[in-house]
Amino acid sequence: MGATGLLVILEVAGRTGVIDTGFLPLVSTVLARAAELAVDGEFLTHGLASMEAWFWALVVTIAVAVPAGLLLGVVRPVESATRPLIEFLRPIPSVALIPLAILLFQNPMHMRMSVAVYAATWPVLINTIYGVRDVDPLAKETLRSFGFGPGTVVMRVVLPSAAPFIATGVRLAASVAIILVVTAEVVAGGISGVGVFINTAGSGNRVDLMIAATAWVGLFGIAVNALLVAAEKRVFRWHHNRLAGVS
Amino acid sequence: MTRRSLLSRLAGLWIVPVVLVLWELATRFAEQPYFPSPSSIAVRIQELWFSGPLSRVLLTDDAIDAFAPSLGRLFAGWILASLAGILLGVAIGRSAKLADYLDPMLQFGRAIPPPLLVPIFFALFQIGTATQLAIIVFGVIWPVLLNTADGCRTVDRQYLETARVFGFTRTDVLWRVVLPAATPKIFAGLRLSLSLALILMVVSELIGSTSGIGYGLLTAQQNFLFVDVWAYIVLLGVLGFLLNASFLLLEGRILAWHHRARRTI
Amino acid sequence: MLELVDLTHRYGTYHAIDRINLTVKQGEVVCVVGPSGCGKSTLLRSIAGLIKPTGGAVLLDGRPVESTPDNLAVVFQDYSRSLYPWLSALANVGLPLRRRGMSRKARDEAAMAALTEVGLGAAAGKFPWEMSGGMQQRVSIARALAYRPSLLLMDEPFGSVDAQTREELEDLVLRVCAHHGMTILLITHDVDESVYVGDRVVVLSKAPGHVVGDLTVDLPGPRDQIRTRELDAFVKLRADVGRMVRGMSARRFDNGMTHEVETR
Repeated sequence: MGATGLLVILEVAGRTGVIDTGFLPLVSTVLARAAELAVDGEFLTHGLASMEAWFWALVVTIAVAVPAGLLLGVVRPVESATRPLIEFLRPIPSVALIPLAILLFQNPMHMRMSVAVYAATWPVLINTIYGVRDVDPLAKETLRSFGFGPGTVVMRVVLPSAAPFIATGVRLAASVAIILVVTAEVVAGGISGVGVFINTAGSGNRVDLMIAATAWVGLFGIAVNALLVAAEKRVFRWHHNRLAGVS
Repeated sequence: MTRRSLLSRLAGLWIVPVVLVLWELATRFAEQPYFPSPSSIAVRIQELWFSGPLSRVLLTDDAIDAFAPSLGRLFAGWILASLAGILLGVAIGRSAKLADYLDPMLQFGRAIPPPLLVPIFFALFQIGTATQLAIIVFGVIWPVLLNTADGCRTVDRQYLETARVFGFTRTDVLWRVVLPAATPKIFAGLRLSLSLALILMVVSELIGSTSGIGYGLLTAQQNFLFVDVWAYIVLLGVLGFLLNASFLLLEGRILAWHHRARRTI
Repeated sequence: MLELVDLTHRYGTYHAIDRINLTVKQGEVVCVVGPSGCGKSTLLRSIAGLIKPTGGAVLLDGRPVESTPDNLAVVFQDYSRSLYPWLSALANVGLPLRRRGMSRKARDEAAMAALTEVGLGAAAGKFPWEMSGGMQQRVSIARALAYRPSLLLMDEPFGSVDAQTREELEDLVLRVCAHHGMTILLITHDVDESVYVGDRVVVLSKAPGHVVGDLTVDLPGPRDQIRTRELDAFVKLRADVGRMVRGMSARRFDNGMTHEVETR
């Protein structure tokens, strides 16, 4: 309701000339462009290229950060030894790595993935460590008392009970990775990708197309987040029940 | 902090020299131009920025030319966004009507990937400091705004009832109850915004600037100066670390009551 | 000075209190006791003007209470959420006095005097989270005292502290309030406490709460934790009140059963 009101005001301001449409396009124009983009083959190709980089970046992130987080969470000395490294590496603004990645990777896809993986690793890593810490010691003891080895304990108890936390980390990482992929595309350019599309629209001074494309990126982020939240709620019902039981 | 705990904390950092030595050996052995040795990066950092006169804390002209505009934009943008975000956040948090009215817009504003504001703003406005400032303000306002609104909306009912029973004025309720109660959440938002401001500073300088740290990084990359690129990344990393650490220090001071109160409960 | 006329409140379909009539005279200490869920808190919140009752009226000094009255203070049960953790004890006590138009210096002095009165003069600079539960509740009491209300409402004020602290706080309230001639309405679920502290004990039934007994406590003062409690009069009163609290809840339970049978 409020958003509609504001959009209507912007539309009216554009139509009555209060805002120059050559400067800021009409809301209706942007909406029309956004609708057109949804069925525009060229834009979809760009979109698919970005999604591909995003998807594989997320896969690599999970493959790297979850085992690392498990290791750091289970083996305390390793965690305390590497903590200074993590505390130094984490605040590096990931976008600062884009120029280095441009030099290191010839393939633009790998370049985008590398920066996205760097940025997306932290939420997964930290959440995994936190989740492993949260594991009920009693559950571990129980399994151990039946004579199971540490490997079994990790796979049967630690991993499942840390899973809700890992899922939250993955959800945060998914959002971060979207942002980094598109940012890398905008900064480095290339042949395909939504960021490249936005750049091209910018050099043609098509602000309407730029805003429309950006809106799609934003919507994609909202959709991914909503999907993952719903999946978490479904898969980890027991976890939410347990939390409700505690509080 | 006692001497002993300082020493034990320093001892906990043993991994840092170990990694540096391993990194040094690996890069010397591999002899790859892409991966310069940490010692050469350190030397380059010193040459570039810290070989100036003692009167200027060793800062070189290059350092001042690069740091001053970058840090100026970063802090100005962050402070402006923080003030505006807290102001709007309080209004939204205390007025259910306003929150209902603006919520869809806030959700949408938050969903826009902040770095994508950079090309749009540069297309709309002239390339320059004012636009960069606008990008930072518009990009980092959301965490402060949403956290402030949330903090002001979820003030403990008992705090507010106590205020009502003792007849606090509206200004007293706001300044002495609602705002202090919301500070933990406001600070969480401020910290997120600060790291986001650094990212937007870098992106905006990578795309449309002729000065600043990000511009220097871009020039180094375009001229294939590998050591310089690494030097810039280390510089930005240290900057990010210092910003985060000093903010945490400040937060620890101001929110001592919050951290201690949580510990005792 | 306080008069409740047919006070009734419903939350939606839930009937919390039902036509409560009660008069409290100046300087009286009245304890309201009842089983859990008898609408004690609803009663207190109506008197304090925190909720608007759905029926009846609250009169304070003959005037109907519409919003929170300015000559009334409340000591809540949950001290940890009633004191502001970002303020020192002194600042917590002094903050309400801003409404009294006092200077900063006068406020600090009044707050200090109140803290001294509850035995916390030395802890004025401490923060709530540096204090034990009993100390925090003392600060709440000091805050109410410094405010100089004509009516002091206490909602299970000693419900969250250990038994020994509880006795200390009971005596503290009796002593300090007698000294200031304050009128007190104290709400509790503890039969013993109501008889020990009160000049009068009002017994409420289970929800919807209404008055089922109003007894005058005729015990010699000043009261003493050991001697008062071993008096025959005390023991008898305690038994009377206890029977009322328990008896009513039993009868209510019966009614509930028949009601259930009827609906089936």
